[in-house]
Amino acid sequence: MNNLTLAFQQAIALVASLNPELVQIVFLSLRISVSAVLVAAAVGLPLGAAIAVGRFPGRQTLIVVLNALMGLPPVVVGLLVYLLLSRAGPLGAMGILFTPTAMVIAQVVIILPIIAALSRQTIEDAWVEYREQLRSLGATPLGAALTLLWDTRSSLVTVILAGFGRAAAEVGAVMIVGGNIDGVTRVMTTAIALETSKGDLALALGLGIILLALVLALNAAAYITKEATQRRYG
Amino acid sequence: MDLKRLWLAAIVLSAAARLAPAAAQQKFITVASTTSTEQSGLFKYLLPIFEQKTGIQVRVVAVGTGQALDIGRRGDADVLFVHDKAAEEQFVAEGYGVDRKEVMYNDFVLIGPKSDPAKVGGSKDILSALQKIKAGAAPFVSRADKSGTHAAELRYWKAAGIDIEQAKGPWYRETGSGMGPALNTSASMNAYILADRGTWLSFKNRGDLTILVEGDRRLFNQYGVMLVNPAKYPHVKKDLGEAFIDWLVAADGQQAIAGYKINGEQLFFPNAQR
Amino acid sequence: MIEAMRAPSTILPLILDRVTFTVGGRRIIDEVSMEIGAGARTVILGPNGAGKSVLMRLCHGLLAPTSGRVAWNGADVMEVHRRQAMVFQRPVMLRRSALANVAYALKLRGELPDVRLRHARAALESVGLAHLAERPARVLSGGEQQRLALARAWALRPEVLFLDEPSASLDPSASAEIERVIEAIHAGGTKIVMTTHNLGQARRIADEILFLHQGRLIERAPVGRFFTLPATAEAGAFLKGELPWT
Repeated sequence: MNNLTLAFQQAIALVASLNPELVQIVFLSLRISVSAVLVAAAVGLPLGAAIAVGRFPGRQTLIVVLNALMGLPPVVVGLLVYLLLSRAGPLGAMGILFTPTAMVIAQVVIILPIIAALSRQTIEDAWVEYREQLRSLGATPLGAALTLLWDTRSSLVTVILAGFGRAAAEVGAVMIVGGNIDGVTRVMTTAIALETSKGDLALALGLGIILLALVLALNAAAYITKEATQRRYG
Repeated sequence: MDLKRLWLAAIVLSAAARLAPAAAQQKFITVASTTSTEQSGLFKYLLPIFEQKTGIQVRVVAVGTGQALDIGRRGDADVLFVHDKAAEEQFVAEGYGVDRKEVMYNDFVLIGPKSDPAKVGGSKDILSALQKIKAGAAPFVSRADKSGTHAAELRYWKAAGIDIEQAKGPWYRETGSGMGPALNTSASMNAYILADRGTWLSFKNRGDLTILVEGDRRLFNQYGVMLVNPAKYPHVKKDLGEAFIDWLVAADGQQAIAGYKINGEQLFFPNAQR
Repeated sequence: MIEAMRAPSTILPLILDRVTFTVGGRRIIDEVSMEIGAGARTVILGPNGAGKSVLMRLCHGLLAPTSGRVAWNGADVMEVHRRQAMVFQRPVMLRRSALANVAYALKLRGELPDVRLRHARAALESVGLAHLAERPARVLSGGEQQRLALARAWALRPEVLFLDEPSASLDPSASAEIERVIEAIHAGGTKIVMTTHNLGQARRIADEILFLHQGRLIERAPVGRFFTLPATAEAGAFLKGELPWT
């Protein structure tokens, strides 16, 4: 309890003073997770729609594999990406290990299955409802997929948020591929891990509170948008 | 439809924001070092001084000594700054490192609960202290993570005539973690632990722990720095890396190291050879 | 694209030649052969489970027959499809305004934005929904949504309009509205092919009745004769209410 009060005090003090290091860490965290979500959504949403609407051999297997990949342990992803990007590895010449780019890559790998699998489910549910009517009107499979993507946008916002939440909460993979370098690849989660290991639990908890507040604010904003959309379009 | 435009605008803006901080291409080197140098706060103090002088940003990946050497073997760092002389010399012998120089030392201390069940407090003899701990089967936390500190701990057990692999029992807790987490674990189970003074001084979650044994000459902990071999890894930033190494062992760097204090107490003692 | 130039002036008659539809070993449609020509309003009657909905979908092209042929008077599948529309028992609307839903269908037909908005508005007016154009389609009542579905189908200017139990889920007044719209569409020259289980509605709308029983077309007659003098025993039993399901 003592630590908790201390943590709140620390959190408030840090935020109120707009501690420059904190600000830098927060912006970096957002930059990395938002980038990861944008990339994962750009690939994952169309992929989910294509699998939902398409009919091809191996489709069921693909769905099962995609769902299973949602449970991919992030630290394993981190290790794999590290081995890929290490100088001793196949993509070493790119020299992007220990940079924010590597962290974005790791996060994309982690959340892409989540976004693809969940959007696949959402769109397939809608497809069941719309299929006959859309085919009757003459929609092509591609056209139908795009129409469904737009029509289910409220639910897809939730899917994207789930992806963002996962990315922002991740610590293992980004620690391994980023190296938690002060001022370069230190994000909220790795900073919390560092302060915890230094025994500065109050500060770690304070950072944790700030991270929670950020994610909460984002979710609230998305919820409001979603409600507004539903009210306008039914 | 205006909501659609709002979405598109948001996406474009955030994509643009992402590209913007593709900062000015600053000179930098990647240094693999140990948790003790970073967590004690030394780097936070030292590196800005170097950067201001040379314009070179030093990016530190702080892991255990063993892991730092592995990073060096993979060519993922330019410079290594660790504290395990035997392992460092082997690294050079294997052809992965060149230009090894000694930089500074700090010392290890034996930390333990104030209640001191093994009665080792106040002594200056680390070896007899370890013997008493083993004899009394008092709880002891080992980092067990191939770090410099872990390597030192193993040397002390051996020097005390104890084959720790055979002798270890439930009293010997191997956490496989860095100094900080291991100290956290000791604090919560009131166990003995070997720590470097730097990390201890800046560690905040002490619980009931305190320094029980210090000052033994054998507890001296040497730090060395070296360049990852550019012959093996052509991409290594030889010039920038050597600039850092040269600065560390020259008067400026040595003075800066001596200038770092916590609560008025100096943590690291520069001892580079002339 | 030569075929497009050869587009026939009409896709009727629709000819079914020994069409069978089997699912999981069950014959849902059993060797149905028939010819549907222009003009007359055709209503397909039959007890529940007779296969009316499946037959409609076979005609419209949503299902492919297991054996037999569905043929129109046009070689081009695209052309045949363009000239038909279908309204289902439950209207399926996108999460957009009523106007946008009609415009969507016209967009699929390749109409340009300003043109399709104009046509969409006209379609809404003709079914009396112009005042609800900007309302989200999915918050409209059941009857309004079904009228919207009719507007959407009508906007496509189809030659043939299939309707699968269009007022089955509506109350009587909404149902009457639907019948009025169907009447108007027919008056505009569209061929109506409809299923219903509502005998009164069949009497009001049909010119001819096709009676389906256990997947087979067993009677076909002008509406008057069917209701007064059914030729088959099953039809007779059905009209007396003695054949609710198969």
